Amino acid sequence: MRFDKTEISLAAVAIALVLFGFVSPGWLIFLLTIAFAKALVVQGVVMQMRSGLVSFGQGLFYCIGGYTVGMGGQFFGIHDAIAALSLGMLVAIAVAMVLGLLLTRYRDIFFAMLSLAFSMILFGILVKSPELGSTDGFNVHNWTIFGWAPDGGESSQHTVFTLTILAGLVIAVLIHRYTKAGIGVICEAVRENEVRVEYLGLSPRWLLYGNYVSAAAVSALGGGLTALATGHVDPEMAYWTTSGEFIFIALLGGLGHVAAPFIAAVVFSVVRTYAIELVPHTWQMILGFTLLGVIVFLPKGLWSLVSRKKAGERA
Amino acid sequence: MKNNKTTFSKYLVSGVAALALTAGLASGASAAENGKFRIGIVTFLSGPAAGPFGVPSANAAKVLVEALNKGELPAPYNKIGINGAEIEAVIIDEAGGATKQVEEYRNLVQRQKVDAVIGYVSSGDCLAVAPVAEELKTFTIAYDCGTSRLFVENSDAKYMFRTGLDASVDNIGAVRYLAATRPDVTRLSGIQQNYSWGQDSWADFTAAAAKLLPESEIVEEQFPKIYQGQYGAEISALSVKRPEIVHSSFWGGDMEALVLQANARGLLEDATGLLTCGEASLATYKDQAPNGMIIGARGPFGAFAPENELNTWFKGVYNAAYDLDPVYPATKMAQAILGLKFAAENAGLADKEIPTADQLAAGLKGASFPSVSGTVEMARGNGHQAMQGISYGEYHYEDGKASIVNSVSFSGECVTPPEGVSAADWIAQGFPGAQCN
Amino acid sequence: MTSLLAVLIDGSIYASWLFLVAAGLTVIYGVMRILNMAHGSFYAIGAYSAASLVGWYFNNGIGPAWISYLLLVGAALVAGLIVGVIIERGLLRLMYGRDEILMVIITYALLLILEDTMKIVWGVNPYFAYQPYSELGRTSLGLLKVSNYDLSLVGVSAVIGLVLWGLLERTNTGKVLRAVIHDREIAVAMGVNVRLMFTITFVIGTILGALAGALTAPAISVVPGIGIEVIVLAFAVVVIGGLGSIGGAAVGALLVGLSRAAAVHYAPEFELFVIYGVMSLVLAFRPEGLFGRTLARKI
Repeated sequence: MRFDKTEISLAAVAIALVLFGFVSPGWLIFLLTIAFAKALVVQGVVMQMRSGLVSFGQGLFYCIGGYTVGMGGQFFGIHDAIAALSLGMLVAIAVAMVLGLLLTRYRDIFFAMLSLAFSMILFGILVKSPELGSTDGFNVHNWTIFGWAPDGGESSQHTVFTLTILAGLVIAVLIHRYTKAGIGVICEAVRENEVRVEYLGLSPRWLLYGNYVSAAAVSALGGGLTALATGHVDPEMAYWTTSGEFIFIALLGGLGHVAAPFIAAVVFSVVRTYAIELVPHTWQMILGFTLLGVIVFLPKGLWSLVSRKKAGERA
Repeated sequence: MKNNKTTFSKYLVSGVAALALTAGLASGASAAENGKFRIGIVTFLSGPAAGPFGVPSANAAKVLVEALNKGELPAPYNKIGINGAEIEAVIIDEAGGATKQVEEYRNLVQRQKVDAVIGYVSSGDCLAVAPVAEELKTFTIAYDCGTSRLFVENSDAKYMFRTGLDASVDNIGAVRYLAATRPDVTRLSGIQQNYSWGQDSWADFTAAAAKLLPESEIVEEQFPKIYQGQYGAEISALSVKRPEIVHSSFWGGDMEALVLQANARGLLEDATGLLTCGEASLATYKDQAPNGMIIGARGPFGAFAPENELNTWFKGVYNAAYDLDPVYPATKMAQAILGLKFAAENAGLADKEIPTADQLAAGLKGASFPSVSGTVEMARGNGHQAMQGISYGEYHYEDGKASIVNSVSFSGECVTPPEGVSAADWIAQGFPGAQCN
Repeated sequence: MTSLLAVLIDGSIYASWLFLVAAGLTVIYGVMRILNMAHGSFYAIGAYSAASLVGWYFNNGIGPAWISYLLLVGAALVAGLIVGVIIERGLLRLMYGRDEILMVIITYALLLILEDTMKIVWGVNPYFAYQPYSELGRTSLGLLKVSNYDLSLVGVSAVIGLVLWGLLERTNTGKVLRAVIHDREIAVAMGVNVRLMFTITFVIGTILGALAGALTAPAISVVPGIGIEVIVLAFAVVVIGGLGSIGGAAVGALLVGLSRAAAVHYAPEFELFVIYGVMSLVLAFRPEGLFGRTLARKI
């Protein structure tokens, strides 16, 4: 296997981060773990944005991933973290395969609203489930990796951090190859002009379907890792404002590079946590201005989104 | 495909990260060495829970910390600060969900190096933070959250405490009040917010009613979405069933809207409202709530707090600072801070010594301490959960003044499940061992 | 039987409220193709302005009660005008021509900013300006007692709907607006001052949103976060009715209102899901919404 420059630099950064984890204070490790786990969910959002769809309901798969990990430990005795994470991805794929049949018929705002609707339906179902703790959710504990259990809190935090970095690296490399491969390029073509893709003999609908299912799996992985790191899951993971946060981060980073969501997630987390500490009463405004600032002053970050010609402008 | 944004972002993020690290390390050094006792206080500063809960709590914390630092409290709390060390309070926002709160808790403990944490209105946040408190070995007091699951799921907690009451006490007390004042009532109904707080409250209420008011039946129950704000259809659905009692665990803006709308449509004239969190809006209802509406304060708090020396003093300074009487969240915050102070000063430490988490935990576990609400006994949850009585009374508005009349109180032993027994089981068994007068 | 009557009445009241909330959103989208996520914030600003003004009015015992209704509408008009003009001229104007999704995200950033702006201006304590609501009393229909204020909202909503329709169908400005909705480029080519149209439309939309909030304020306790709750409802109604269609918003509001009232009375467990269920059902059969125009795809 030949690794290109991007993949090698990604691996180098990952190794540096893992080493950094040994010398950082606990709060920073936790912040980075959550940021990178979120970035995985955002990768799912970005994958769909590249094909022209904005998913306002990616929280659905984020929540499925998290709850599967939690329920696996609580109800089904699945304590191995890797098994639980994989199970989460499988469940998400199954759900996506069903929902995708309906959703890929829609575009633009209708796709966004329907995806939002389904994530809110999951939210409603979880809220009405007292066995799952309703809105209080439940805690995720006692997980192991291939039989080895981390002892004590700090070690378990560190383990999740390393696990997240490695998962992030694997996903990043896979997505990088995906975007460079035929399928990734054709997804961008679907965004540009669906009708022409049809004329090429391909089906945009099934391309979007495959994209949707893959994005669901990646997001579920992010959800599962968040559950392991935080030790808690609750239905808020499926609420639309959580999905809005993912879109925020996706736009912050832009679609240009596979590392962008990771960087954007870290920037977002840092800005938010310091905003909460320094201006506890107006931190939302700071976030809003940051987003506006990025959109207005750094349009190049959003260049691939911006460069798309609006349908109809070619009269 | 590198572009300017990626490069710019890389610089931006490395710069911010470097800044974060230095700031973190710097603040870390200062916190650990300045000889003050740093308390992290977590409550809602934004969102719908800020007005009814977060703001009164934060206000109470501020006014109490200021007075403590000047040593102005009545005995036995007249020592300055915490054990002679000045208090530094860091107040942060509880908004953002449980995942966010776990992150902020870790920041408080590891970055801002607080010596103790007091906070949490939301049950979800309490449940998420409890295991982290154990992991980081930080003395933490939950002052308001009501979930009965807290010490069921954390039965071997060492550092997590709760000076507020278990929510099952609210509804057991409510039914006992009905049994005492309206024993012939038969048609009960309820409207709860559709989330765990509302669902659990209704479950406790209906189970207790089945035992203490065996002739009664539930004629209607409604579960609107939280923050819905408009209850036209729900009020109609309740009205057509002609209930005698309308129970609600609503709080905040939803509660005020419900009272306004139900009253305007006559539901609260035909039936009697029973609001378990009603006292929080005592000053707001004015003539929009009927006289006779039953309200509670989740314990002997707010307007139900006794006229002891501590409470009289507390009401005085709170009034002086904010021109308002303290409502129950404010009383509960004061109670938590007093519990912390009691634990620190009864741990056998030298003057101005900062107690460790272990010392604080030992000082509060199973303790009995004087508070603004009377005596608090940490008699449940293995010495980590407070037990107190509860009072309910009727709202009365006359000549521009709101007050509570026909108040009935029940002792802790009457409404609190015994150690080791879950509320649901205790109710189902018919309250064995309850000592009511 | 009473339940059926209750469903009809409650459903209509809720529908008229939904229509008020959604009207501004659909107008803005129809003309400017901007899906305004900050619409909920305009609602909240209207509610806060009205509640604080009416509260001040009654607390100082200034005058008779009937003036408070004028104050409600006035507060909404002024707040909507100011906010609308500032946002449209100050921010959105710089962003026209960008991708639709980008505009949505810009309005999302606006939502965050406005939420905290409201907190700074009005604080976090609830505003409880109930007098206009309770003054009108109630009407008894057997077991059912309905607030006259809620009933009059149905009338107000109908009037506003008719006024909007009249504006669009009967006035010159309305016709020009419809031309812009139909095809912006040709409208520009015909010499229409599209920029001015945009400002007018946005301000109308903002005022409508603020008006919905202002008229709702006397019935509720105005607290932070009421804007967020309203956004998803407004979006769902607009999508069901078809983006840009006032008639569609009315029909969508009726559908959702009646379904929800029916659910509350007959099947309360499903009340949470009703709006999403209706939306999914409608979109499954009419992918563009009930009155949405199927757009020709341009190759």
